[in-house]
Amino acid sequence: MKMSMLDRILLLATGLLAAYQIVVGINDLSTAPIIAYTIAFGVLLVAGLLLIILGFDVLDSPVVVIVSTVIPLALSLGLVWEHLPAFRTPYLVFAMLGFLAVVLTRTIPMQNKLPTVVIAVVHGIAGLTIFLLPIAIAVQGVVRPAFALVGLGGALIGLGGLLLSFLKAGRPILSRETIFKVLPGLLLLMTLCFVAGFKYG
Amino acid sequence: MSALVNKIRLYWPLIKSTQTGLLLATGIAGYLSAGTPIGLPTLLGVSLTLFLAISGSTILNMWYDHDIDAKMKRTHKRPAAAGQLGRAEVFWVGMVISILGVGGALLIAPLYGAVVFAGWFFDVVVYTLWLKRRTCWSIVWGGISGAMPILSGRALATGQIDLVGILLALAILFWIPTHTLTFSIKFREDYANAGVPTFPSTYGETFTRATIAVSSVLAAVAIGWASVLIGVSAGYLRLIAVLTAGLLLLAFATFRVQSERVNFGLFKYASLYMLSAMIILAMKAF
Repeated sequence: MKMSMLDRILLLATGLLAAYQIVVGINDLSTAPIIAYTIAFGVLLVAGLLLIILGFDVLDSPVVVIVSTVIPLALSLGLVWEHLPAFRTPYLVFAMLGFLAVVLTRTIPMQNKLPTVVIAVVHGIAGLTIFLLPIAIAVQGVVRPAFALVGLGGALIGLGGLLLSFLKAGRPILSRETIFKVLPGLLLLMTLCFVAGFKYG
Repeated sequence: MSALVNKIRLYWPLIKSTQTGLLLATGIAGYLSAGTPIGLPTLLGVSLTLFLAISGSTILNMWYDHDIDAKMKRTHKRPAAAGQLGRAEVFWVGMVISILGVGGALLIAPLYGAVVFAGWFFDVVVYTLWLKRRTCWSIVWGGISGAMPILSGRALATGQIDLVGILLALAILFWIPTHTLTFSIKFREDYANAGVPTFPSTYGETFTRATIAVSSVLAAVAIGWASVLIGVSAGYLRLIAVLTAGLLLLAFATFRVQSERVNFGLFKYASLYMLSAMIILAMKAF
């Protein structure tokens, strides 16, 4: 499917927002969350640029499933590290093992449902963490209410991941054309929620 | 008036505006990267003299290569190749613009002018007149020529040729093969028809793709090293690291996937990478 000029502008805006977040948005944090957030927004930035350069066909690559796991895993790790100190080590272990499991189940040919189960578990836990944790701490008053926007971004990333995963599994919820039509806007809205949440939360 | 507009319309393609613009951007970034107080007249002088010197050498390249360009599908419509402009006219336009550019650069500062002249000399004399039709390794000299604008800008700001300037020049030198070699793969039949020796025709496509990937990595290393020495802030260093990771990923992909599309993707990304790096380095001045 050919990419329209509007798609390119939306993806460029996504990339610029991610670049902004990398440069100025996370300066006053400790090293670990900075690394985690840099990885998450870095993947978003590079993915946006590659989509502009190579077009939607790049989403057919098997590497996409692995790369798209990095964003929620890194983002959730940064959030846990920053706001749930007691769970830092367990979540770090989960993130590393989860990523390793996704890489292995996607590179070694398998006939069973293990690759789908692994993806569902890893994405599910990471996605719920990004969705629920910011909203919970915003409601408790630990952070400003605007931080809940990060949770909204988490919901959107979950939606995007779900649409792409089912498409790649051969059981699309929406048609390929519809998914590609909404994807650039969804990515921009998601990134906008994250950036606004981190800035004003 | 309409005759003048018509002339400008014919002259404009002679300077390869995108390539000239990108090289001009590197020169300005080199100047701003020093973080010295910005003198607006000097900045305007750098912009004008570099634009003229780069444009002049490009026009002289078009003048000399009109026969090659006429044989290639990609370039046969260029004004000099298509016969829309006479050879003597193209030569004199190139010479006058070159003299204005290099002469102006020498008036601004002798060291700056010497580096600008070196760039012009390597491009016109060494690359175009001497080596382009003899060896595929001519691109190294084309690369050195392309590295001179950023070195000249840096030299003007600091008053010397420093390590950062050399690293920035190396970054451009290593970036240029991603441009020229990708084109030589994509348009290999064109180059073969014109009898221009290229890496794909001399060493094969696999070696050429490997060279593109390795040179991209080396360009990234040089930019990263220069950024640290310049004292770019942590946030911008993180951004450069992220963009570099993308470049390395694509360079690795060109090894794994022997595809023209991936190769062209690397070429486009490398151009975007270089432009982004130049903007980041120029931020040092503000």
